[in-house]
Amino acid sequence: MVERSKVRVLIAKPGLDGHDRGAKVIARALRDAGFEVIYTGIRQTPEQIVESVIQEDVDVLGISILSGAHMVLIPKILRLLEEKGLKPNEDVLVIAGGIIPPDDAQELEKMGVAKVFGPGSPINEIINFIDENLPKLKKFRGS
Amino acid sequence: MIDDLIERMLKGDKKATARLITLVENDEEKAREIVKKIYKYTGKAYIIGITGPPGSGKSTLLDKLIKQARNEGLIVGVIAIDPTSPFTGGALLGDRIRMQRHSTDPGVFIRSMATRGSLGGLAKATNDAIKVLDAYGCDIIFVETVGVGQIEVDIVKTADTVVLVTVPGLGDDIQAIKAGLMEIADIFVINKADKEGADATFFELNLMLDLEKEKWERRGWRPPIVETVAVTMKGIKDLWEAIKRHRKFLEESGEIDKKKKFRAEEEVKTIVSDSVARKISEKLKDKELSKLIDKIVKREMDPYSAAEVVLEETLGVKI
Repeated sequence: MVERSKVRVLIAKPGLDGHDRGAKVIARALRDAGFEVIYTGIRQTPEQIVESVIQEDVDVLGISILSGAHMVLIPKILRLLEEKGLKPNEDVLVIAGGIIPPDDAQELEKMGVAKVFGPGSPINEIINFIDENLPKLKKFRGS
Repeated sequence: MIDDLIERMLKGDKKATARLITLVENDEEKAREIVKKIYKYTGKAYIIGITGPPGSGKSTLLDKLIKQARNEGLIVGVIAIDPTSPFTGGALLGDRIRMQRHSTDPGVFIRSMATRGSLGGLAKATNDAIKVLDAYGCDIIFVETVGVGQIEVDIVKTADTVVLVTVPGLGDDIQAIKAGLMEIADIFVINKADKEGADATFFELNLMLDLEKEKWERRGWRPPIVETVAVTMKGIKDLWEAIKRHRKFLEESGEIDKKKKFRAEEEVKTIVSDSVARKISEKLKDKELSKLIDKIVKREMDPYSAAEVVLEETLGVKI
């Protein structure tokens, strides 16, 4: 397992909804699990999020979105990451959470989101998923 | 791999720069190699420390100062430090929230950093991360400490100008004359100066500074007190001007050279003592240590004698 205290996670809230209780709960839970969590606040553009991923050199990007604009904003984030030479799930593990219907979730997982966590997802499930999938990233292979 | 990253960093690649900062944070051996290779490209950046208690508005002030610096065309680096939990090793780094509007500015590089066990207000890798941003091409680097109390004064060993941010209503004039944090400021800021008690805070700080009139006259610099309301921009231009005045003072008086010497000395001492401590813990076998500890507990040996044994057996040093 990759040592959690050296794993950096960015929790990002794209778009216009200001409901960040969920994002804060996740950020706090990941902190308590021993990760280094960077929270960038509400109303972020995809460009700001991708720049933060780069400057903070994060290993995990967690996107929280409740506005319904997930099929616009998340694909845009994925595209910008690729443009900057960051392959989702090769260079950075991308997960998402919020109000995302199952059909859309499936679609997003095809596009490169490693997993979509719906409302009611147990925190431990998210933590386990991160632990299990980090070793698949290029930088952790062999560790 | 490191040579390739350095080459890309020198060309202005933010991804490579970010990766190098991660490496100096995570891996002592790599930090050593990286600093040895980039040191010749460093020394150009001016370093401004922002310190003060939690919630005093350091990040918000910093956001406004970045703007001032960008207006003058300067390339800006920011290292913002937040605490690591001593219980879980995790951290929640939230300084960036206040500065996100600068995220997409090509002339700004913001990096959040966790203390990872350091207690002086900075992280252990802060100095090395500064070197990376310096080599990358930053003209100025802001270092925001964790929210501090009274003795977290490591920033004075790192920054050229230390800005101490306080807010009205934190304490009376006795707090202002206590030792520690209040002694390290080159510039005082009373942020949230629209709140009740700002005048009293201003008065008390002034009184404190007046007690050392001769020292300031000898030195040629009396720390100015700037009142700001960061969210409305009030006083920000004055603060930026005060920082520039302090820089000019350091350069013209030659104090900057003294600071550089002091800083280099402190850095070497820290590296030496860290390396020695690491060597000892590498060489010291758990079994031997636990034998010594049993003896101390049974009062067969005192802690000083045990330490002498450890030093002699691991490093061959007699004290």
